[in-house]
Amino acid sequence: MAEPHPHPDRLWRNPEPKRVYDVVIVGGGGHGLATAYYLARNHGITNVAVLERGWLAGGNMARNTTVIRSNYLWDESAAIYEHSLKLWESLSQELDYDILFSQRGVLNLVHSVGDRRESMRRVNANRLNGIDAEWLTPEEVKAFCPIVNLSPEVRYPIIGGTLQRRGGIAKHDYVAWAFARKADEMGVDLIQNCEVTGFDLEGDRVRGVHTNRGLIAANKVALCAAGHSTVLADMIGLDLPIQSYPLQALVSELLEPVLDCVVMSNAVHVYVSQAPKGELVMGAGMDAYNSYAQRGSPHVIEYQLAAACELFPIFSRAHVLRTWAGIVDVSPDASPILGLTPIENLFINCGWGTGGFKATPGAGWVYAHTIAHGEPHPLNVPFGLERFTTGALIDEHGAAAVAH
Amino acid sequence: MLIPCPWCGDREDIEFKYGGSAQVAYPADPASVDDETWGRFVFFRPNPKGKMAERWVHTAGCRRWFSLVRDTVTHEVTPS
Repeated sequence: MAEPHPHPDRLWRNPEPKRVYDVVIVGGGGHGLATAYYLARNHGITNVAVLERGWLAGGNMARNTTVIRSNYLWDESAAIYEHSLKLWESLSQELDYDILFSQRGVLNLVHSVGDRRESMRRVNANRLNGIDAEWLTPEEVKAFCPIVNLSPEVRYPIIGGTLQRRGGIAKHDYVAWAFARKADEMGVDLIQNCEVTGFDLEGDRVRGVHTNRGLIAANKVALCAAGHSTVLADMIGLDLPIQSYPLQALVSELLEPVLDCVVMSNAVHVYVSQAPKGELVMGAGMDAYNSYAQRGSPHVIEYQLAAACELFPIFSRAHVLRTWAGIVDVSPDASPILGLTPIENLFINCGWGTGGFKATPGAGWVYAHTIAHGEPHPLNVPFGLERFTTGALIDEHGAAAVAH
Repeated sequence: MLIPCPWCGDREDIEFKYGGSAQVAYPADPASVDDETWGRFVFFRPNPKGKMAERWVHTAGCRRWFSLVRDTVTHEVTPS
């Protein structure tokens, strides 16, 4: 797999929707496509449609910064994200498509005593869960990432770091295309330009979806719409504890290789990696206000570039080529909502917020199981909607690494 | 984005903190609500695509709270 995958003309059919499916997945992003793939692969359910309002993987899947890691604090999160990371490790072979998965290491910088305590605790928690995690001294940080600025003269000096060597990045488009191609090969209908406008309900049971291309009946309906989850849920009277915010990202022009790992800083707040093509890919915190506008405030960009230039003085002459925003679905505990709903045959996968890309295969795997069996996979039992009644939250604001 | 403070006029959004939905009512009799109702009050908020009634506070100005209606698609603000 040395050469990037050639781009054939057609990776999937472009079928007309049938009138009836066993499963309709609403949302043709990474999670929707992965769910369709694993429904077919693991459960033999191929009479499946993925309905996408725009084009496949054109929402957050096209807008994220592609960081993959599993170093979350709590056992429940560690288990589901590590399951996903293990799937990433063989995904190119599994899908017969080089998704440019690169385990170049994810380095989290530490700038304060509070940071250090939280980070060391998380390293220990990760190790107890069998997840690779290391504490690095400032010198070890410098050895791992030589262009980082260790100067004590900066506003927030680097006093250490944590490293997950198995973390890294992948090429987001290839991931989506690879899942789409394989799902299509197994008989899944990927239907683009098909917007869900309502639900066909009988009592408390969903029987299908109304779309701009007519009524499509389904035994089961699986929502997978990220930032637009509540727009869909509102149509069916399902309340979700989700707020939608813009999360911005940006790229520089193409540069020679200068950064061979992923670096994140919660405190100074920027995360950066260099894509295979050469552009620096950067992100930071979300914008503060609810929005569906897929654009954000300039000051967020300004602050993250200031942080980047302080951490990496060598970046100071790079140029911003493009900025954009995706609409992220943020839950109260920065953990996903994945499971059943009070409406029969309606399933929900949302709330991944700022970190859904890394979960693409894992979420697809457990969501497919949940849909196929009508009950959650053991890994997503803790992530049900009922935790907002029981209070059994899975607070991952620290590990989420994006300011909420 | 310009936010119209009712006392200071239009100011840039970096002068403000966001307070989220303006449609969250504290339970009238908090001692009597069950877990589900309490959970709804704590965790569930309107998240409309379109006009949204919301709270803002002018932290870098007069420090007063106020409500406005803002469109979450166009970011157009109409005072309320």
